[in-house]
Amino acid sequence: MFPFLTILVALPAVGAALLWALPATARGRAREIALGVTGLELLLFAIMATQFDKADAGAFQFSETYSWIPQIGTSWALGINGIGLLLIALAVILTPLAILAGWREDTDLKARRDYLALILLSLSFMVGIFAARDVFLFYVMFEAMLIPLYFLIGRFGGEQRRYAAVKFLLYSLAGGLIMLVAVVALYFQGGGGEQAFLTDNLVATLDMSTTTERLMFLAFFLAFAIKAPMVPVHTWLPDVAETARPGTTALLVAVLDKIGTFGMITLCLVLFPNAAQWAAPAIIVLAVISVIYGALMAIGQRDMLRLVSYTSVSHFGVMILGIFAFQQTSIEGAALYMFNHGLSTGALFLLVGFLVARTGTADVQAYGGLQRVVPVFAGTFLVVGLSSLSLPGLSPFVSEIMVFVGAYPVAAAAVIVSAISVVLAALYILLTYQRVFTGPPREELSATRELTLRERLVAWPLVALMVLLGFVPGIAIDYLSDPAADVVAQVTIEEAGA
Amino acid sequence: MTFTTPEIAWAPLAPIIIVLGAASIGVLIEAFVRTPATRRTVQLILGLVSMAAALGTLAVQWASLDGAGTQVMRLMLTVDRQALAWQSVILVFGLLGILLFASRTRSGETAFTPLGAATPGSIEETLARRRGLEVTEVFPLLLFAVGGMMLFTCVTDYIFLFVALEVFSLALYIMVALARRRRLMSHEAALKYFLLGAFSSAIYLFGVALVYGATTQTSFAAVGRAIDVISDRDGLLLAGVVLILVGLLFKIGAVPFHSWTPDAYQGAPTPVTAFMGAATKAAATAALVRILYTSLHPLEWEISWMLWATAIASMALGTVLALVQTNVKRMLAYSSVAHAGFILVAFAGLTAEAVVALPFYLLAYGLATIGAFAVVSQVRERTEDGAVGAEAVRLGQWAGLGKRSPLLAGAMSLFLLSFAGIPLTAGFIGKFEVFSAAVAGGGWPLVLIAVIASAIAAFFYVRLVVLMFLTDVPEGAEDSIEVDDSPLTRFVVVVTAAAVLVLGILPAGALNLFENAAQFLVTANG
Repeated sequence: MFPFLTILVALPAVGAALLWALPATARGRAREIALGVTGLELLLFAIMATQFDKADAGAFQFSETYSWIPQIGTSWALGINGIGLLLIALAVILTPLAILAGWREDTDLKARRDYLALILLSLSFMVGIFAARDVFLFYVMFEAMLIPLYFLIGRFGGEQRRYAAVKFLLYSLAGGLIMLVAVVALYFQGGGGEQAFLTDNLVATLDMSTTTERLMFLAFFLAFAIKAPMVPVHTWLPDVAETARPGTTALLVAVLDKIGTFGMITLCLVLFPNAAQWAAPAIIVLAVISVIYGALMAIGQRDMLRLVSYTSVSHFGVMILGIFAFQQTSIEGAALYMFNHGLSTGALFLLVGFLVARTGTADVQAYGGLQRVVPVFAGTFLVVGLSSLSLPGLSPFVSEIMVFVGAYPVAAAAVIVSAISVVLAALYILLTYQRVFTGPPREELSATRELTLRERLVAWPLVALMVLLGFVPGIAIDYLSDPAADVVAQVTIEEAGA
Repeated sequence: MTFTTPEIAWAPLAPIIIVLGAASIGVLIEAFVRTPATRRTVQLILGLVSMAAALGTLAVQWASLDGAGTQVMRLMLTVDRQALAWQSVILVFGLLGILLFASRTRSGETAFTPLGAATPGSIEETLARRRGLEVTEVFPLLLFAVGGMMLFTCVTDYIFLFVALEVFSLALYIMVALARRRRLMSHEAALKYFLLGAFSSAIYLFGVALVYGATTQTSFAAVGRAIDVISDRDGLLLAGVVLILVGLLFKIGAVPFHSWTPDAYQGAPTPVTAFMGAATKAAATAALVRILYTSLHPLEWEISWMLWATAIASMALGTVLALVQTNVKRMLAYSSVAHAGFILVAFAGLTAEAVVALPFYLLAYGLATIGAFAVVSQVRERTEDGAVGAEAVRLGQWAGLGKRSPLLAGAMSLFLLSFAGIPLTAGFIGKFEVFSAAVAGGGWPLVLIAVIASAIAAFFYVRLVVLMFLTDVPEGAEDSIEVDDSPLTRFVVVVTAAAVLVLGILPAGALNLFENAAQFLVTANG
């Protein structure tokens, strides 16, 4: 069979290598090459997606397994189910758009080349993580990805970038290293052998005491909660968002942070179902705190990039609530939310980036009355903002409702408290819109440029996708039902057995 | 008591004989070849050829070895697969090390003083420099060190182990004293290293004497059997064993026997630091593995507290002290102390996994160490007349190196990431293997501490990466740093960087090799 996934993983890395190998004379073409590579990636993905068997979305498809380091039981094993497919889709759609959004960011050709190469490298790791069917491989990509990200944050962006990069790195490394202990332990708790780390083999052979399982679950969960980010380990995100480039932040929050929630569904729940049951009440409480705390903090922000990052903390709380309610609908909803949130928040970050590119500041107070000056920009911003507050008709609404409805029977109180966030969301989005776009136009902003063609090409496909999935969410849910059902079955079978 | 001449199977010793023989020829070359330049070329070629030949011989022996290995000299020397694996690792370090020894800066100076016997700053020194003298004795000294270390890995007798220990230690003491610049510091380092080394040797010998008193034996296997027989653990034996371990832990550089490391690493000529940092640790670990697995294993429970305590202390102290260093060489020295702790973690429970994990870990660590110090030797201060000066070892001087030399800064980052154990580098696989071995042996708490130490250690490794890539050259200091471009050193940097990457991404081959090497020949007779 055609090794789609390996090629999808390798192609961006090859593109990055190509960019670094470019002779100095051809460096001016780096943007076109990067866009071409991601375009090719998108095309290849589209071909693969058409061959994906929707009727069997719960099973790993396009599986590839090659022996990698048999001595430690790890293989180059890739494969995707419906959730993986959707998240890879998010990655391959957003990366070219982020490149396009940052088209004019650099004047220094060398810096531009480095930036694009690092973005491509991160794409490789993102696809690899969503496609990994081997826990060791997942871990390797999970940690190695920090290197390009670290440079993306630390080299390109605002004044505080080095501080933000180090904070990000240390948070992630701390989580990752604790997870490493659990990864090492997995080898001994499972069946061993040359393919000991294959997720399927682990599920079949894991045999642990209750305490071991709980400790290992916590180690994995902590790493994912830092990535997701969840209160109280979220503090790296606002700092990074404020200082990194909007393109970097968009990819980071929209795609990379999904690795946290993706890991919770595909590893935490599947490998440690009993411990997940045991920890669920506490996690749900933390998730609800994230939802409310994130929303309240968002209201208090003056910096729009920080504001959007806090809204994400809130939204991630909803996803985690859905995941740890262990209901078919709530997990479907959480998985769908991962995709929709990527579209909506990615678009929001990029739009704020466009604003910053025009005026040089993300401070809400510096704006006012832009609606009259740039009506198309204002309209686009409003639609994207409304999606973030889950307006019916736009896709995030569907997923949020699914999470709340799904989780209600088991966690009614949590759902009711979380639902307050919908009101808070209206506050932070509409207040921001009001301050920036309505009222009398400020004189110094009267020459602000309207959304250019390039920027429209970035924002509108995302808006179109949100509208499409807002009205016919079924086309995405079809991919998620089976995987969600499998996860629920895994958790509840163990419960019955225990 | 009658003495009988032992029968010696010479063939398995061929690699060691080649290296030590070449070292002796090297001494003669010193006496008979006049011009320094010719001497250096001849010595370099001799060293490279002899070590490559030894490596080739090792490969042939590996292929033709039946079973676990050959007993070379009754209970004193065994050449088994385990020894062959460690010897190859040491030879690789020796080959890379000798290239660094031979490399010269753009202005033609080596890392070594022109005349070791001259007082620093004296007229003799100036004269020697003017006449273009060179201390090429370092090449035979390196060969003696390599030969001694190779012997160290296959000796199976406590007394003989001491001989091998002194063979390589004495050579190292001299080399540490021969730095071209900052000679007083170099002398101080050598003196400290020598004094502490002499102490530790004496402690080791005292330990051997006590163990002999308790067991009437000096060979590993016989002591092991005697320990089994002695039912109640008597104090003489335990005291002796502890003292023996202290001697070896000193060579590994574990806390509290680490105090020589920062000074010796800083004062020694950088090529010597590179070689010493990589090879000494490997040789000492090899000996520790052999002693613990073939001789002291019945006492595993009794000595585990000591290994645990030194492991924890090394990781904690090494990491914390590395955090506050402002000198690159001292920072790497303290990081080596922390790595000594990680090495000791693998010994938890004396599992079979550790015998595979340790050679790999030391190989990965040694390659990164040699590479890192090779980079250090290239970053120089610029003298007033625009030539390359002393090494720029203050951390602040490394700011913006990524712009000056992307290759060196990139390679250095790779080595640092490997030290930190980030995936896709050899250091990660090494760390994973070591942690696996410890978990298998019930060393849970050790692994947890090791992980926390790694997380803290990542901070100072990353700090250097930040300096190199994310910090601009300070204003007014644009012309203070000169990046040297010695081809031999560049070659070593490229080779080690490639090796670190390959071992990180495709380690299966090397792991397979070390898995086959996890066999000791334990002699039953005699």
